[in-house]
Amino acid sequence: MKKWIKPAAVAASVLSAALGLTACGGGDISATSNAAGGASKCGAFNVAVNPWVGYEADAYVVGTVAKEKLGCTVNYKTLKEEVAWQGFGSGEVDTVLENWGHPDLTDKYIKQQKTAQDAGPTGNTGVIGWYVPPWMAKQYPDITDSKNLNKYADMFKTSESGGQGQLLDGDPSYVTNDEALVKNLGLNFKVVYAGSEPALIQAFRQAEQNHTPLIGYFYEPQWFLNEVPLVKVNLPAYTDGCDADPAKVACDYPKYDLNKIVSTKFANSGSPAYNLVKNFKWTNQDQNMVAGYIAKDGMSPDAAAQKWIDANPDKVAAWLK
Amino acid sequence: MSATAVRERPTGPAARPPATTRASRPRISVRRHWRPFLLGAVVVLWLVLWAVLKGTQTLELGGAEKTDFHLWLNSVRDSFDAARSNSAVFEYVVQPLTDGLNGLVAFLQSLFSQPSALRPVPQVGWLGVVVLLAWLAFALAGVRSMLLVGACVLLFGFFGYWQQSIDTLVVTFVAVGLCAILGPPLGIWMARSRRVSAIISPVLDLMQTLPSFAYLAPLALVFGIGPAAAIVTTIIYSLPPLVRITEHGIRNVSPTTLEAVTSMGGTAWQTLTKVQLPMARRTIVVGINQCTMAALSMATIAALINGPGLGQPVLQSLQSLDVGSAFVSGLAIVLMAIMLDRTTTAASERSGIEARVARGTSAGGFRGPRARRVGVIAGAVIAAVAIYLSHNYLALAKFPASPDLGGPLGKAVSAATNWTVGTFSGFTGWLKDTITTLLVNPLESLLAQSPWWVMALVLLGIALALGGRRAAVAAAACEAVILGTGLWNESMKTLATTLVATLLVVVAAVVVGVWMGRSRLADAIIRPVLDAFQTIPSFVYLVPALALFGPTRFTAIVAALAYGVPIATKLVADGIRGVSPTTVEAAESMGTTGWQMVSKVQVPMSRAAVVLAANQGLLYVLSMVVVGGLVGGGGLGYLVVSGFSQGQLFGKGLAAGIAITALGIMLDRITQHAAARLGRA
Repeated sequence: MKKWIKPAAVAASVLSAALGLTACGGGDISATSNAAGGASKCGAFNVAVNPWVGYEADAYVVGTVAKEKLGCTVNYKTLKEEVAWQGFGSGEVDTVLENWGHPDLTDKYIKQQKTAQDAGPTGNTGVIGWYVPPWMAKQYPDITDSKNLNKYADMFKTSESGGQGQLLDGDPSYVTNDEALVKNLGLNFKVVYAGSEPALIQAFRQAEQNHTPLIGYFYEPQWFLNEVPLVKVNLPAYTDGCDADPAKVACDYPKYDLNKIVSTKFANSGSPAYNLVKNFKWTNQDQNMVAGYIAKDGMSPDAAAQKWIDANPDKVAAWLK
Repeated sequence: MSATAVRERPTGPAARPPATTRASRPRISVRRHWRPFLLGAVVVLWLVLWAVLKGTQTLELGGAEKTDFHLWLNSVRDSFDAARSNSAVFEYVVQPLTDGLNGLVAFLQSLFSQPSALRPVPQVGWLGVVVLLAWLAFALAGVRSMLLVGACVLLFGFFGYWQQSIDTLVVTFVAVGLCAILGPPLGIWMARSRRVSAIISPVLDLMQTLPSFAYLAPLALVFGIGPAAAIVTTIIYSLPPLVRITEHGIRNVSPTTLEAVTSMGGTAWQTLTKVQLPMARRTIVVGINQCTMAALSMATIAALINGPGLGQPVLQSLQSLDVGSAFVSGLAIVLMAIMLDRTTTAASERSGIEARVARGTSAGGFRGPRARRVGVIAGAVIAAVAIYLSHNYLALAKFPASPDLGGPLGKAVSAATNWTVGTFSGFTGWLKDTITTLLVNPLESLLAQSPWWVMALVLLGIALALGGRRAAVAAAACEAVILGTGLWNESMKTLATTLVATLLVVVAAVVVGVWMGRSRLADAIIRPVLDAFQTIPSFVYLVPALALFGPTRFTAIVAALAYGVPIATKLVADGIRGVSPTTVEAAESMGTTGWQMVSKVQVPMSRAAVVLAANQGLLYVLSMVVVGGLVGGGGLGYLVVSGFSQGQLFGKGLAAGIAITALGIMLDRITQHAAARLGRA
């Protein structure tokens, strides 16, 4: 093993010697300052980035403002919701910037463990439901009423749906009532799981491009709706408590007022970033614009956020009050 | 599984001991006939029972339903969560370990890849990193490796993923380093005691086959979010090959040599350190190589819990369906795999006992040891200068933004994908529908619509007929586990798609493998493509696959093919090439045609290789079940994915992961024992 250890040892000594030299040399890099002004009392600001583009838009806009105006060191952490909430207790995550309901997580971390707090709405409204591509809504205008779906069931047959119409469900991150809905509304459809958001988006994209029939679970705000404006199918209207028993649901999904969650530690830390998170509020249109920069125009999230911030100084100023 | 896994199971070496030993010679002819009879009877009975009882007692479980076992797993996870803040184990064992790992990674990052609070660039700039890595490659492996490493590392930068690439190197380095500390002692222990080996071996199986998606969330609960948890996940998956190969290497040191040492009065310690370890050194380095490849294949998975590195851009481009960017970042991972693979392979050849002897005797000359030593020292000086310069001058510290190769390459790939999809989507749609109707649907109906007890007996019967009594025992145990998970019906659905995918893998492997085995040119062209498919993260080709085939079970099968075909094809090609040239010449001189040569000589003579290819293909296909769940594969894969995504489904997802492992072990044992039997027949 001797010959193995030698190169490593030499490497270590080379490295330390070179760095040691530098300490005396005092190069021109250390002169460049890092943070752009601002009070440095903010410190580290840990933003969870849940894996969808709309969320990325929220995260990078807030993060960029925190970095530039408040001098925070922003750490973006790419995490699924479940894991992000776990991080509140350990201080690894300060905030989740777009929360879709998640009653189970709310119950566990806000009510029981008390490691997290609600930090108010983001101003975005979340809609979940069944959607069809625009060409179908145009060609079959009555398809947007769930009562007429059985009439079209044959059209939606695929290799996966075993003779019934296919209702494409996608992202495993959300609770869906679709199996119960199909059963309780007496629809001749079978729920097929696409398994991920990209799978769902790709399916809708091609359905519109090739004018093939498709009906599936989707949601807004979502950047893809700017590319293909899917049309929502009306299920029996939501009323309070109509979804209380998951097995008997026969109504549409509720609208979600998307909100921000912060860790209790962060809320009590006196960090100026906490105020920013609390004040942060914008519209679905704002979010879609930034998400579009990222997903459609291929900009980096940083650049996309910067572009929007530069164009909307008033809104940003209101968050910093 | 793991998406990307390069599951190089140490095929030959770790193959399990041959199955049954035939008892009494005279009864062989009787015995030889009961197997086909049994097989035939089982199949006929199965079809009859299926026709009569179809759709009853299938143990189907609805999407949101959970069994007590699933709820229990949830409660275990919750008590972990609650114990985090006030348990001594967490405070004094796990937390220091986590902090240590995070600290080590953060330190290496501040040295090589990430800016810190005090500096806008890392301590060592790009020039320093390139020269340092090239010099390390030269010192450990040689001039060729040095050139390869230098070129690859520069390409990481030109692709636009400098920082992420170096992060991946850092994480891989730490993970493999820890494996190198843990693995060899464990392997040595297993080699010296059959009992230890029998206890640890199943644990290693579990570590390799349980999909990491299934335990990622609780792992992040224990080790926090970030590098530490990412490294632990990586170690879980990449440690087993190193341990297995070490065990094999130590055990295979010739018994005569050992006897000689003992007769000369060597102690056990002396035998180990002076004989066994030196003689097994090359094998152990091969183990490190396999371990490194496996570690790299976890890059994308680790990014799901914010592990730093190239996995992040892969996942990010997947969100916006940006095929081009996903491809470029995936290509960086492939390049890194090639670079590390070739370098460690070259290093293992250098460390072989013959090579060392040869070096020792060759005197002087350009390639002599002295010239090398001078080269290494001169290189060290150059590296030190490069590090010094890159620390001090911004241009040598921050990787230049141009020339940008990544952007144009990404655009070209996106355009090529669009063209392919536009041109072939009609054909691919037809292909999907045909195979689904002819193969997938009938088989799924047969497996998943039969009552569970019929299926259980059928699988036992098949195991007995193909693999013998020991295979049947293993099958029975695995069936019990699957029943226990409460996911019998989903398991049968997954088994159906797995079998179809494996069938297609074997067909493709035989066709392409024979071609490669017979033509050097074909081999030279196809092999790099196979290598690339084996190392590129599957997340990269999911979007094009979805575009071609839609979210369906067939897309899941295609993803499995992309990962399973390469290994199986290589095994077949090597088998064909292994057919003795004299035999081929003899057949040629008798005037056999090309087709006769393939069908009567080469394929029959490499039967063992084909069976091995089927076995490996099967395991690779199974490791893609979870990825299949992301593109419409349904079954167990989807359950594992949703278990990772939704807290209340965690238990169900983990149970699905366990069911996948049980399926894998069952199929592996049946094919292993069948192969052993065929080999003797």
